[in-house]
Amino acid sequence: MQLALFWIFSALMLLAGVGVILFRSPVSSAMGLVTAFVALAALFVTLDAFFIGVVQVLVYAGAVMVLFLFIIMLLDLREEGRRPVKISAWAGGGLVLCGFLAALARVLAQSSSLHGAKPALSNPMSDDVARVGTTLFLHFNLPFQVIGVLLLVATVGVVVLSRKELK
Amino acid sequence: MPTLAHYLLVSGLLFAIGLGGVLLRRNILIIFMGLELMLNAANLSLVAFSRYFPASDGLPQANAQVFVFFIITVAAAEVAVGLAIIVALFRSKQTTHVEDLDSLKF
Repeated sequence: MQLALFWIFSALMLLAGVGVILFRSPVSSAMGLVTAFVALAALFVTLDAFFIGVVQVLVYAGAVMVLFLFIIMLLDLREEGRRPVKISAWAGGGLVLCGFLAALARVLAQSSSLHGAKPALSNPMSDDVARVGTTLFLHFNLPFQVIGVLLLVATVGVVVLSRKELK
Repeated sequence: MPTLAHYLLVSGLLFAIGLGGVLLRRNILIIFMGLELMLNAANLSLVAFSRYFPASDGLPQANAQVFVFFIITVAAAEVAVGLAIIVALFRSKQTTHVEDLDSLKF
């Protein structure tokens, strides 16, 4: 059952991911991206990370994708015309990809510690929001404050960048 | 029952798809979406490790999930700034095609 769910959501996520980079219209790509994010949230839930799954849907499938769609509509993009592809660029990109996938396959085939079954949780009904929150505020309080400043700086930066006249 | 290798394989494939989008597509918006896919692939492997190597109390590692939380926050900030830059670029050049954005090219 778990394996079936894992493969269903993985296949959905990977197909949507392939769609993102193959569709010609940016709106279709954005729709593929939403599908990939929601399927990824489902994969987080299969890993007992409920809080991360909810945050994934809220932040990515909600906020980030709305921003993407908003900008795509704002820019009023037409479907991009076909341009001649550069053979050298495709060959270089393909080479990097094949190298990465070969390294991945090698690592996965060689390490035996990665093939064990999922260890049972001591308390399957534990409240993972409380655990993540406690860790965040007790052990990662300074990074948490810093990330708040980062968000503020990003907000101010976006306002400055979006003004009519950039000086 | 899926093993850690399954999750790492899927995460690696998602990263490869994102990398392929960045390397092969010429539309700056699609390149940006490829970046998001790569960030999410990293998140998936972090969460998988947190589940398969539990903390001493037998529950998933909360540290890894806090790390994923930070990555999602930084990614949201990055998307906002990146899209603002794309809008500014589009206003001055009327294009999202990276080959038309070559004024910094040597």
